[in-house]
Amino acid sequence: MQTQQWRKAIRIGLLTGVVVLLTCMVGMVETFNARDLIVGVLTLGQVLLFAPALYAGYLATGNDATRKPVSALLRGIVTGLCVALPVIGLIVVATVWPDIRKYFVNISPALLKILTFDQGAVTGSLMLAAVMAGMAALGALLHVIPLRFRRPLIISLAVTFGFSLFSDIPLNIANQFLERTVVRNYFGTKGITPIAAIIVFTLSLVVALYWEFSGREARVHRQATITPAQRSRNRTIVTVISAVVLLLLPWIIGQYISNVVDQVLTFALMALGLNIVVGFAGLLDLGYVAFFAIGAYVTALMTSSGNLGMGQSFWVAVPVAVAASTLAGIILGVPVLRLRGDYLAIVTLGFGEIIRVLVVSDLLKPYIGGAQGITQVERPSIFGYDIISPQAFYYLLLAGVLLALYISSRLRDGRAGRRWMALREDEDVAEAMGIHLVNSKLMAFAIGAALAGLAGAIFASRIASVFPNSFNLLISINVLAIIIVGGLGSLPGVILGAFVLVGLPELLREFEEYRLLMYGVLLIVMMLVRPEGLWPSAVRRRELHAEGEIAEHEGIQPEPVQPLM
Amino acid sequence: MTLSQRLKETDWIDVILWLFRAVIIILIVVGIVRKLFFGAGVAYSTKDWLDFITSGLSQGGLYALIALGYTMVYGVLFMINFAHGEFFMSGAMTSAILVGATLDSTGFLDSQPLISIILLIFVSVLTSMVVALLTERIAYRPLRRAPRLVPLITAIGASFFWQNLFRGFFGSAVKPYPVPESLEGRVNIMGFDFLKVRIVVLIASIIALIALYLFVQKTRTGKAIRAVAEDKDVATLMGIDVDRTIAITFAVGAFMAGIAAVLWGMTFKQVNFTMGFVPGIKAFTAAVLGGIGSIPGAALGGFFLGLIEAVGPPLILEGLNLPGVHQLKDVIAFTLLVLVLIFRPQGILGEKMAEKKA
Amino acid sequence: MTNILEATDVTKRFGGLVAVNQLSFAIPKGSIVSIIGPNGAGKTTFFNCITGFYQIDEGDIVFDGHSIKGKSPDQITRQGIARTYQNIRLFSNMSAIENILVGMEPRLTSRWFGPLFRLPQTRIEEEKALVEANELLNFVGLRGKGDNLARNLPYGDQRRLEIARALAGGPKLLLLDEPTAGMNPRETAETTEFIRNLRDKVGITVLLIEHDMRVVMGISEDITVLDYGEKIAGGTPAEIQRNTRVIEAYLGRGAAGSAHLQLNQQTETEA
Repeated sequence: MQTQQWRKAIRIGLLTGVVVLLTCMVGMVETFNARDLIVGVLTLGQVLLFAPALYAGYLATGNDATRKPVSALLRGIVTGLCVALPVIGLIVVATVWPDIRKYFVNISPALLKILTFDQGAVTGSLMLAAVMAGMAALGALLHVIPLRFRRPLIISLAVTFGFSLFSDIPLNIANQFLERTVVRNYFGTKGITPIAAIIVFTLSLVVALYWEFSGREARVHRQATITPAQRSRNRTIVTVISAVVLLLLPWIIGQYISNVVDQVLTFALMALGLNIVVGFAGLLDLGYVAFFAIGAYVTALMTSSGNLGMGQSFWVAVPVAVAASTLAGIILGVPVLRLRGDYLAIVTLGFGEIIRVLVVSDLLKPYIGGAQGITQVERPSIFGYDIISPQAFYYLLLAGVLLALYISSRLRDGRAGRRWMALREDEDVAEAMGIHLVNSKLMAFAIGAALAGLAGAIFASRIASVFPNSFNLLISINVLAIIIVGGLGSLPGVILGAFVLVGLPELLREFEEYRLLMYGVLLIVMMLVRPEGLWPSAVRRRELHAEGEIAEHEGIQPEPVQPLM
Repeated sequence: MTLSQRLKETDWIDVILWLFRAVIIILIVVGIVRKLFFGAGVAYSTKDWLDFITSGLSQGGLYALIALGYTMVYGVLFMINFAHGEFFMSGAMTSAILVGATLDSTGFLDSQPLISIILLIFVSVLTSMVVALLTERIAYRPLRRAPRLVPLITAIGASFFWQNLFRGFFGSAVKPYPVPESLEGRVNIMGFDFLKVRIVVLIASIIALIALYLFVQKTRTGKAIRAVAEDKDVATLMGIDVDRTIAITFAVGAFMAGIAAVLWGMTFKQVNFTMGFVPGIKAFTAAVLGGIGSIPGAALGGFFLGLIEAVGPPLILEGLNLPGVHQLKDVIAFTLLVLVLIFRPQGILGEKMAEKKA
Repeated sequence: MTNILEATDVTKRFGGLVAVNQLSFAIPKGSIVSIIGPNGAGKTTFFNCITGFYQIDEGDIVFDGHSIKGKSPDQITRQGIARTYQNIRLFSNMSAIENILVGMEPRLTSRWFGPLFRLPQTRIEEEKALVEANELLNFVGLRGKGDNLARNLPYGDQRRLEIARALAGGPKLLLLDEPTAGMNPRETAETTEFIRNLRDKVGITVLLIEHDMRVVMGISEDITVLDYGEKIAGGTPAEIQRNTRVIEAYLGRGAAGSAHLQLNQQTETEA
């Protein structure tokens, strides 16, 4: 038992150490070190370097820490040292053999400086080991704090981290309403000032503690005594408030963040479409970007005032663009939908590539502009008001997303949704129930394509130009990642996924280079740990987990929870 | 049965498929006829055609080597290992940058070409195998009982992870692949000039293919792989360690990909972190063409695809008077993939697996 | 009495194996007919041929006056043939009521745009379907279990739910593949009674594959015996029990399972 615990500590430590080593070697630590979280105190690179040790220490020790705090502390220290080991190895190698940089481009002097605290290899390595051990020991000691305090503490730490990481959002909001000089006190050019950090941390701690000690119970009590009439009134209030917030949002967050939100909504619209194909009907489509491209190109060709365009209005172009991508969906769908799942994925991937190659080829260049694309795409106007600013496009996109949400939820709850679910469960039996497989799949494919076409149409007019480079495989993968991370088949999950996977990287420019690396990791980790997604649909959850497991996934809840189903 | 009744009962999807088929066949026939008999497009000499064919075949040998990984993994796990192209990329990148650059700058490459190539292959194969085994262990093994889509999604994830990890390691610039001087230039065989590299690659890949075939047919491990492919439960009963055998299958596939990586590097003289994607899909196409699950099928499919890709654009597309035909090389491969999957999913040699029903 | 289904010289091969060989077979309307035979005799294969899951190589199958050769399973289901499976194949992550609603597919007419525009006829149809599905649930004795996931139902209930799902499409012919497999004697007796009721009260013709000879002999009007894909005997239960070829087929090969034992017992007690 004893040796087992030590072995676990060492194993977790070394594994974490290798992960940290990799983040160093690909250059993440160095890149992120340029990003301040709390000005002058903490950079994102430091969090990336040391937070894993904290977590490893927490993982390596269990709840027995309360009984044996000294043993837990020691195990934490050992874990931390193990985390440091691979990194120290890197320091040694890079010091002895500086030429390594010729091979691994990111093992730079700057990285070494960060890793050794600019104290030279020997002292620096010792310091690194000490800090890692300290972090892991802290992680181990977290178990000692009673859960009722531990949870609020972790939550408020996370809130502070999130606030400083996405300081752009509060910064832009503050700039809208406050004096520059006041804002300066709380925000750096990047990140927040220590004062702001303390304020955020204290506030969130107070709220979390209040919730922990009385809010939760009060709510449980309220929910038990609520009458149906009250409940429906509450729902109305919530709806009205969210509607007002949604309508005012772009004016609160300002132009820059609105642009980010527009990007998120464009992807959300596509993701809602792909969700019908993959989440509802279970068809893995990797060439989804093709429909987005068709929607965008048709709109561009119809509305552009350049020599390739026809100079039509946006409102004429949109129905045509949607119809064109729907038709494309049907034409592509007919031959491929008889194929089994994984073959379908590859064929759609192939289709996507064919379209991409054709778009940039000389063959179609006279018609769609080749690599130069189509420019001067008309902006839409409504009642004489031109939609140009990100804030204006926000409303257009919001309307699109709401429409997609409506269509998705209506279809899911109706006959079509049942059919899709049945054929996802067992195609043979579904067919024996009188369901025409190809027609049902085709319907999902066509509706998915239509929504992608709509997204493409709005995209083209928002960017005011289309280039073949905007429509590569990565878009398909991005959209796929959104629905998987959010939760296949779950509508709120898809929206959440779009915000997480599109919004966050847009706000964190430093992320850009590592976006795909993170996507890769996310896809694997999600499938291993939480295949139902961040905000799962009820159906998915029951598909992917046996009954008993579900409670576990609801988080760390010591009280016996009611079974969910 | 009256005509109207027959019309009513015909599945409209079948009709569309038939139209599709007809259009493709007409395009191919028209293209070839116009090219051969009416001299459409550029006029090529016999030497040009021979070059098309040899480069096609040697390219095909590379596809075949990579395709083996797809086919073997499909054979044992019934899953498309989407990340296989990255196994190939990892070998090529690592051997080029960690070993190749040094060999080249010290002049060892030109003075001892054989030893150098063996060294390159050793490093490449080792990297590919490590990457493959890690992928299998982390992303596939824990999900063996999950719904079919799940391992496919992790495979896509793994693919992006490896691509960008190697980009982080070695940078995103295109790097040269070292080629020994003795492989440059042309060689004269039976009165015709051939590119030396192409011939060497062709021969090397054929040797590797034969070696693999013998390995799977004759050795104990090879038999274990075939047993697992046949029936995992029965194989377990026979005392075969299924997990280990599956890992070996991945390793063997990666071994071939590692060899292909060096040969590919020598042919195209450059490497980059994105280089695994297109060869990956094409090799998959080759595997499907030959009948996925069948090792001779993968070899056959590889050579066939290579040949079609090399000869198709000048022969068929130029005949159709299309501009910029060599840009459309990839379209040929992908169209072929789509066509095969739709019309003959069992491939040239394989059993019918792509469609669920017998 | 007319025949609802007539199979003439049906042959199905898998590679070199002839699973069903020149089988001719008729089901009179409103009857209960059984197919029996040792394991691997081709009974389920024949089911799969009728339902269109396998395409037959030779011969013809006529259902209700129309040939169903070459039709796809969904077309055949829509013409009025429903089935259950030997190893239960419910949509296990869907609730019981949803399973039945899927079974109703052949009778539903709403289109995809129905729910989008909240068309009244779609809403009425869905409401009616829900009412009917609940009635069916009660009919098979699963009252109040509609919201349970299919996979969480006990074994006997799953069998019943599968029958309810098959009935939901309003079939004229119901194919039951070993409906009493794995049931205890009491459940078996109930199921037998239930099948008889289906025919007597609802008027559905039933084709049965069954190993339990008590069930087969008890409710069938006509029995066909298959061995190696060929029909070796046919007739009333009494005739089959006297048929020496049948007894040989079961006893001579020492067929696996309980079939021959039960047949034996049955023969002895009734003789």
